[in-house]
Amino acid sequence: MTIAIEAEGLAKAYPGGVTALDGISFTVEQGTVFGLLGPNGAGKSTTVKILTTLARADAGRASVAGFDVLREPARVRKSIGVVSQSGGLAQEATGRENLRLQGRVFGMSAAELEPRIAALLAQFGLEQAADRIVRGYSGGMRRRLDVALALVHEPQVLFLDEPTTGLDPEVRAEMWEEIERLTGAGLTVLLTTHYLEEADRLAAQLAIVDRGKVVAEGTPDQLKRQLKGDAIHVELDRACPPEEVGRALAGVAGIGELLVDDRVLHARADDGGRAVPAVLAALEAVGLEVASVTVARPSLDDVYLRFTGRTFDAAEAQTAEPPLATGGPAR
Amino acid sequence: MKALTDTAYMTIRHLMALWRQPWWIAVSLVQPVIWLLLFGALFRAVIDIPGFSSDNYIQFLAPGVVVMTAFFSSGWIGVPMIQDIDRGVVDRFLVSPVRRPAVIAGRIASSAVTITIQSLIIVSLALLAGASFANGAAGVAVLILVAILLAAAFGCLSVGLALVIRREETLVAIVQFLLLPISFASAAFMQKDLMPDWMQTVAAYNPLNWAVEAGRAAVSASPDWAAIAGRAGLLLAFLLLCGGFALRTFGAYQRSV
Repeated sequence: MTIAIEAEGLAKAYPGGVTALDGISFTVEQGTVFGLLGPNGAGKSTTVKILTTLARADAGRASVAGFDVLREPARVRKSIGVVSQSGGLAQEATGRENLRLQGRVFGMSAAELEPRIAALLAQFGLEQAADRIVRGYSGGMRRRLDVALALVHEPQVLFLDEPTTGLDPEVRAEMWEEIERLTGAGLTVLLTTHYLEEADRLAAQLAIVDRGKVVAEGTPDQLKRQLKGDAIHVELDRACPPEEVGRALAGVAGIGELLVDDRVLHARADDGGRAVPAVLAALEAVGLEVASVTVARPSLDDVYLRFTGRTFDAAEAQTAEPPLATGGPAR
Repeated sequence: MKALTDTAYMTIRHLMALWRQPWWIAVSLVQPVIWLLLFGALFRAVIDIPGFSSDNYIQFLAPGVVVMTAFFSSGWIGVPMIQDIDRGVVDRFLVSPVRRPAVIAGRIASSAVTITIQSLIIVSLALLAGASFANGAAGVAVLILVAILLAAAFGCLSVGLALVIRREETLVAIVQFLLLPISFASAAFMQKDLMPDWMQTVAAYNPLNWAVEAGRAAVSASPDWAAIAGRAGLLLAFLLLCGGFALRTFGAYQRSV
């Protein structure tokens, strides 16, 4: 087994005392898709910036494609392709020109570059649009061009930072297919996402990141298997103190991992179907009205809840990233 | 070597972008023409001032307009740099093996190309309007060269400010504020010894004035080449200073990502 990416105790704080990373560690095997899953602000993008030599960690060390990101940044840069959240396409140029410039700065000759560009345009379905100005591209086309750009020089490791954020569900599904096709040829992919479904579908190995730390790691199935039994989510008709709910359900057998998040009660049961009537009865006995009940096989959302003590949506709402301080007017 | 080829690729990118904007081309070609004809007509009576050494104001003015045109276009170089930062283009280059200075040098070089074209148009027009330039092509080449040195320096300054400020509106306001005072505190429109004393003192330290004096001398009869070389040397020193500033701020930007 060859290691493509190794991160060890990466920490970074931004001016103003905002801790972005609090000792993040993980290892990515060559030729696999590794997912960093976490809500906005968890530290995923900062991790990518450090691994791609864009930012420096305050502490810890990391290597990519066998090169230390601090000591050998030039060799790291030659080995990686990066699709950042903002993309970074030259809007005023054509798709083909963007690809050409990218290949050129990676030192490719015209003779090797032109066939490569033609192949990538075909692979990403951009042949028709190749000689049009990028400004007129749709969101999905831009995303595909972003990925094509990152692949021009045939990197060993590809970083995809939130590759489908802001895309329509339909376009997102297409993008997933593109990404799935990329793997297999020995390419290592590090994918960050805040979509549980995306991580579940694309990542062979997954690290769940919360507040700058890895809180759980494994294959999506391993992570879900750690959660015994079914998830029960009960929506109450009013917010209720967790202690009160806890007292009400104390007598119900086979219920565990109880958590109350505002009006929603999450619990885990060996057999969800059987536990529900007992739970409902116990809640009604203390005068709590139930608005809705769902029982589900464990999902990554449940995994997240289990390891961080909050639901993914709640974390997203809490730690939504502030808008870029450097941003000019929205365009 | 790679720094040079990278600069060339960046230059091509910026020139292609300009080439695709017919309105930009039209305006930037017409603007210096208007300046030459408008200021030429407005200040025509200047030649009647006792002590004014030339009897053809267009001829006196043309080198000033060449330098001023170069100066104006260089001031704005930082604006698209901010757009590139906001759109992630700069970060994409920073995670590639591109030589860092090429990201800035490409902008300066592409602006040098446009300045050369604009200058040739101004010179041709001045010739049509009855001006005559001594020293032929060599004189005009020196004039364009000092204009480019000045533009490169202010271009670096503009990029450096852009990297510090990182807000388009603020940068535009600062550039806007500086353009006219720097242009007018020089011998671009008026013979230096006819300017108020304090303004002559200011002009002596104004890089734009160095370029105007060197450029005008280069196309005049019996030029003092040593003095021209001295001015060009000052401009080169100023360029190195501004270039250093731009690279330092670029380094600071990279550390802040």
